[in-house]
Amino acid sequence: MDLAVFILLEIIYAIAGLVLISLGLAVVFGMMRVINLAHGEFLMLGGYAAIVSTQAGLNIWLAMLIVAPLTVGLVGLIVERLIIRFLYGRILDTMLATWGLSLCLVGLVTLIFGNTTTGISTPIPALQIGQFQVVGYNLFIIAVAAVMLAGLYALLRFTDWGLIARAAMQNADMSDALGINPSRVYMLTFTFGAALTGLAGGVLAPLTGIVPSIGATYIAKAFITVISGGVAIATGTLSAALSFGLVERITTLLSSPVLGEVALLIAAVLLLRFLPRGITGRFFRGRL
Amino acid sequence: MITTRRAQLILATVAGLAFMLITPLAVDLFTLLNLTIYVILAILALSLGLIWGYGGILCFGQAAFYGLGAYTYAVSAINIGESTAPLLLAIALPAAFAALLGWFMFYGRLSDVYMGVITLAVTLILFKLINATAGDQYVIGIARLNGFNGMHGVPPLNIPGNASAILLPDGLFYVCVACLLLIYLGLRWLLASHFGRVIIAIRENEQRAELLGYDVRWYKTVLFALGGAIAGLAGALFVNWGGYADPGLFSLFQSAQIIIWVIVGGLGTLLGPIVGAVLIHYLTSLIGSPELVSLLSNLLGIGRNLDSNLLLGVILVLFVLLVPRGVVPGVQHLWQRYRIKSGAEKSGDNY
Repeated sequence: MDLAVFILLEIIYAIAGLVLISLGLAVVFGMMRVINLAHGEFLMLGGYAAIVSTQAGLNIWLAMLIVAPLTVGLVGLIVERLIIRFLYGRILDTMLATWGLSLCLVGLVTLIFGNTTTGISTPIPALQIGQFQVVGYNLFIIAVAAVMLAGLYALLRFTDWGLIARAAMQNADMSDALGINPSRVYMLTFTFGAALTGLAGGVLAPLTGIVPSIGATYIAKAFITVISGGVAIATGTLSAALSFGLVERITTLLSSPVLGEVALLIAAVLLLRFLPRGITGRFFRGRL
Repeated sequence: MITTRRAQLILATVAGLAFMLITPLAVDLFTLLNLTIYVILAILALSLGLIWGYGGILCFGQAAFYGLGAYTYAVSAINIGESTAPLLLAIALPAAFAALLGWFMFYGRLSDVYMGVITLAVTLILFKLINATAGDQYVIGIARLNGFNGMHGVPPLNIPGNASAILLPDGLFYVCVACLLLIYLGLRWLLASHFGRVIIAIRENEQRAELLGYDVRWYKTVLFALGGAIAGLAGALFVNWGGYADPGLFSLFQSAQIIIWVIVGGLGTLLGPIVGAVLIHYLTSLIGSPELVSLLSNLLGIGRNLDSNLLLGVILVLFVLLVPRGVVPGVQHLWQRYRIKSGAEKSGDNY
């Protein structure tokens, strides 16, 4: 019984982790067909924002939940104005430019903070389930991922802002004719995606510690999850994260973490071969 | 037009041969060794320049074939002792792997972004697997894979059939330049042939090529395998140059570098990737050089942590925004405009 709860928690945690690292990227890809390869570095910046402001004496919860998304949202805004907006509609060029941006950010942060690991301790103690010990912070991660996902869905589905954003994404010219400025919508969407990413980075920072190059460990997984999910932002991310999290964690528990990651990647390769437009290109069509 | 192309070919051959024969006489051994790596990287850049620039296939995992070639050579050279068969294997195995992957992707009719994800995922799989082979149990024949420590002490190339006549550094230089020259000329021939013209037609309009009766999937798979073979050869040469193979060859950073070389040099040319590789590798080695680091740390106090990422990143962003066609096509464009202005006849095809 304890074992079952433990395994279930581990699997949910793996899924929540994938949702957390991919959601910001999914917003930007789903809305604007932009693949932001500097996404991993946005997570890294969120982590640094949280850690630096905590070390400067700020409450850790404020640092993670407020400072990190605000900082990275601001960075996203600048990046959109300076680079991304010139490249809409050129998906490969955007990928290359943001890849350059990612290298650039790694270099800059290395310059400022040095190539060393910094971290803060997790603010939640470990939890005992029968004879197993669970990292209590994992539960917080699961909660944050769930709130982010539900919040995003509600935002897109029930608010005016969501309606306008979806309209601009479906038909930019038509919404332009109706008095909506698509350029402004894109700007805000990118900023919002960056802020979500910053939040994820801030929340993950106490768990992983931060080095300038940490983005590289996230980007491939996030990229693969988002593309495999397909066009629907919330449903796609959730369904891809569910499949991959399940495969990865079960393989990890049965063999080793390395084989777990390899199983995730193989699952992605096979999934894309047989569902070339991602999960939501085939199932759950028309969902968000 | 034909004469211009023939003149270009002759010029390229003469320049390549002159570079191959004169350089070892003009420079010392250390410089020669440094030049060899440029040549190897240029071969690697050509492999992506071919499949991306002419086939329109953006492969995020060209490093997979490079690393595969390097490891194939290392493992088989340690086992066999003589280098001819390992070199051929290091070309054949990546080619076969690329053909398999190409078959998997192109016969599934995957489009660009999805293809990017698959090549990326495959590269990561190889990287993670090789990285995790550090234990004693991971042995192929008598060769230990050594995981993240890399394989060292790989036997160098020898004259075919005579394992004791190993190539010295200047010999390796000759071999590398000869390979580059042969590949360059071979690819020019290939692109002028029927196969090459179909490939370019597919890049320009896949649907039309298909409607004209060409099996797009087959052409793309063959091209992809050819790119894999060239990258594998570059990997084998790299092992010869450094005497080691490590998982870094498979890394994301390596793949990124190859893409940057090609886009900086120029898509859709064969000269471009070579120029790009040389230019970017020169810049990155410059940034790591002790003189520059000490200069910067004296001036600004930042040299300590300066790494090549920053420079590569800035270059990539600027090129995508400002010179999306790359250096070589840009220069060709200017040259043509100059010639039209000065009244000379307009030259057609450029390679």
